[in-house]
Amino acid sequence: MNISADLAVIQPELFVAIAAMGMLMFGAFRKENPARIVSWMGVGVFVVAGVLVFAGPSDTSLAFGSQFIVDDFAVFAKILLIAGAALSLILAVPYNLREGIDQFEFPILIVFAVLGMMMMVSANDLISLYLGIELQSLALYVVAAIRRDTLRSSEAGLKYFVLGALSSGILLYGMSLVYGFAGSTNFEVLAQVFGADESASIGVIVGIVFIAAGLAFKVSAVPFHMWTPDVYEGAPTPVTAFFAIAPKIAAMALFVRVMLEPFGALVLEWQQVIWFISLASMMLGSFAAIVQTNIKRLMAYSSIGHMGFVLVGLAAGNEQGVTGILLYLTIYLFMNIGTFGCILAMRRGGQMVEDINSLAGLSKTNPMMALALAIFMFSMAGIPPLGGFFAKFFVFKAAIDAELYVLAVAGLLTSVVGAFYYLRIVKLMYFDESAEPFDKFLGREISVLVTVTAVITAFFFIGLGPVLTGAQTAAAALFAA
Amino acid sequence: MIIQALAFYLFAATAVASGVMVISARNPVHSVLFLILAFFNSAGLFVLIGAEFLAMILVVVYVGAVAVLFLFVVMMLDINFAEMREGFLQYLPIGALIGIILAAELILVFGSWVVSPEAAQILSAPELPAGGVTNTHALGQLIYTDYIYLFQSAGLVLLVAMIGAIVLTLRHRPDVRRQKISDQVGRRREDVIEIRDIPTGSGV
Repeated sequence: MNISADLAVIQPELFVAIAAMGMLMFGAFRKENPARIVSWMGVGVFVVAGVLVFAGPSDTSLAFGSQFIVDDFAVFAKILLIAGAALSLILAVPYNLREGIDQFEFPILIVFAVLGMMMMVSANDLISLYLGIELQSLALYVVAAIRRDTLRSSEAGLKYFVLGALSSGILLYGMSLVYGFAGSTNFEVLAQVFGADESASIGVIVGIVFIAAGLAFKVSAVPFHMWTPDVYEGAPTPVTAFFAIAPKIAAMALFVRVMLEPFGALVLEWQQVIWFISLASMMLGSFAAIVQTNIKRLMAYSSIGHMGFVLVGLAAGNEQGVTGILLYLTIYLFMNIGTFGCILAMRRGGQMVEDINSLAGLSKTNPMMALALAIFMFSMAGIPPLGGFFAKFFVFKAAIDAELYVLAVAGLLTSVVGAFYYLRIVKLMYFDESAEPFDKFLGREISVLVTVTAVITAFFFIGLGPVLTGAQTAAAALFAA
Repeated sequence: MIIQALAFYLFAATAVASGVMVISARNPVHSVLFLILAFFNSAGLFVLIGAEFLAMILVVVYVGAVAVLFLFVVMMLDINFAEMREGFLQYLPIGALIGIILAAELILVFGSWVVSPEAAQILSAPELPAGGVTNTHALGQLIYTDYIYLFQSAGLVLLVAMIGAIVLTLRHRPDVRRQKISDQVGRRREDVIEIRDIPTGSGV
């Protein structure tokens, strides 16, 4: 066994792990408060890690007795989640300084969470999958409760922790059943075992359902979504932005790999489960969001709904579906970074405001921010020619190709309902009496990021070709095995 | 052979009995003590099947550290267990329903269990693997060679848990006086002691 060949495959993960420990040492031994500089070091680590992922092996390679896999799919997902984490960390810097979150461990925990996510995306074994999830979740629980002196943040952390532990238990139970019936935890062996015999035994199906339930919790799909609104509302806003993006991308990529690689031969057995959670997420995401008045809760329901749309692509279970999922996640990343940038700019009299009605008349007091937010809202509603339209288009097209007509129609109808609450925000900003203006200065980082993501979201169709090609190669890698 | 069988039944029966006592004892401290007894008996079972390393680890880690920690926690926390049991009847129906569903699932699952023909042979020869490696050695090979990736990942999970515990609980209080050993060692006689000549008889 050649260890250096293995190490070459896990180079990006190795770098991130060592860099995180280096940052920890740096922060612990520095005299003056290192929070700001460590945050920027974290962003730098993400940039280097992204380059390493990009420059990694071009063909599918396995490491450590095929517990770890790097293929085009993993590379695509890793670049997405690293970008999401880096952008949300940049959003967090001015906020943390302002609100007095001065623990330098914050960016370090984010880096460790990203390391866990990279391990999840590259997992090729049930055990490495579980360890990746735990590394990610444990860091996220702490980050949710980082403002330990406020009741809501501690509540968010505790709630996330208890429910997350429960979901890990469910996941492990399913994994043990699958291991017991298949005799291996390795994805390739599992795929061979399940590919060989026609009908899966009921124990395996119960195991798959439990695994799907555990992973559905991580992507906050209905009926495992209960934690999402409370955690999103209670956690500090940059943390919410981070939660809405990177972990969702990682968990969804993992979900896709687990369902299509080891259990790919059993697609008829799990398709109905995914079908149901997808439909339920789309419905709940659009109907429950209507009554929300807090913008962070609204974003929580919006992300539940988006995950429902993404799961449509998984329910399709074909290559177009996976392409659609990756495309959807790419656009979702930009829309969410921009929207959370706007939410971070909602500040009045030195206090964060989270009420949707406080956006009234924003077009008069801050026309640029209103325009950017309007672009994001139109895009989330899926109105052409903005990015969100293409995201939904490819996912639904895959569903129709897989003859899931009910799901596609339900998706279209729920996105109409969803359009109602997205457009309500636009209406508030442009047609209602203006409220007091927000505080002017919001940090250069935030305005730059909001502008850039708004431009990307608005003109996504220009870059659609390359992203689509990348997503197609990534999806093809998953089906080649 | 008969001694081995007797030892097995002794350990197994005691382990099961103390397991029952863990959940049925009224006093939580007794529960923890029964838990420790259960650990000891499981260690005995491990010795019987020739897994001496696991047996020792079980005693050292679980009895020596985890269970004793439990004991401290239980004794330190003033938990009113009578109050905790109050809502029991209220949740009984839904709890029973979930239990019945899970039991039905388990019965279905085990109904479809197929024991592979080789299983009996594997069970009858749990002895050392080829090449004369002891089982401690074999475990080491598994953990540090085959599963090094998972072992290191688990280490990272623990590191994050430690960072998290520190982030969430450490408070820097400015009014606390701490011992600074370097300052104490660096103290020179000249810095703190002043010698004055006082003329005799003049007083201080």
